[in-house]
Amino acid sequence: MATVEVTFTPLPAHVRTARLVATAVARRSGVDEALLDEVRLAVGEACSRAVEAHRRHCPAEPVRIEMTDQGERFVVVVSDHAPTASSAPFGGASGNGAGHAPLVEVAHEEDDGVIPAGFGLAVISGLADDVHVSSTSYGVSVRMSWPSAVRA
Amino acid sequence: MDLKLGHYNKDGIEVVDVEGEIDVYTAPRLRELLIDLVNKNNYQLVVNMEKVEFLDSTGLGVLVGGLKRVRAHDGSLDLVCTQERILKIFRITGLTKVFGIHETVDLAIAAKKLEK
Repeated sequence: MATVEVTFTPLPAHVRTARLVATAVARRSGVDEALLDEVRLAVGEACSRAVEAHRRHCPAEPVRIEMTDQGERFVVVVSDHAPTASSAPFGGASGNGAGHAPLVEVAHEEDDGVIPAGFGLAVISGLADDVHVSSTSYGVSVRMSWPSAVRA
Repeated sequence: MDLKLGHYNKDGIEVVDVEGEIDVYTAPRLRELLIDLVNKNNYQLVVNMEKVEFLDSTGLGVLVGGLKRVRAHDGSLDLVCTQERILKIFRITGLTKVFGIHETVDLAIAAKKLEK
């Protein structure tokens, strides 16, 4: 069972709220202070990606975040419900999630395509030591985890 | 914290002061400012990020987009940043090789003058 679950309307303004909540829960779960910036950035990237995907494909559907204190690991799963397509091969990030299905990835079109699709996920892989990206018929899930202190 | 933007001209170089968080919500405002400056023939830009508290890939995209626009006019876009948590995202993405990154606005301006 998740320690905290958050669902939010896919609006860019809510991404900040999501990463602030994730940072607070990570701190409460015992994640080292030195890692909190990484948690904040990685969760923000995952949520930004999900929000963009929902705005394109299903703006009425909420984005979901699950944050779980598993004792020695703090786990965050960001899930979207945007459709996936086999025509968009994904060459981005995956800590050890090799072999997952192709994803629809969101490019930053407003920047004249200078940032390639999958860039946000690539950033996440540079931040979290454990990243799994999975694609199903229901959407995409980005699972990230960080070490947390085991409390007595 | 929201995003605060300001800009001024120093020695013919436009300095953009950025304060707060640059993310998917606020980045469009920075993008609009950079486009506006380029449209007004400012092709030598320094973006001062010393008061930036958060930067994500959307913000990076805006900066790279700005760099692309000024380079189309033989200009350049340099950054001022000493914060490790902000520099880290530039290192992860390899963009430290794309942007000139300086410790102070004065050093950034001096470097630009040497380029001329």
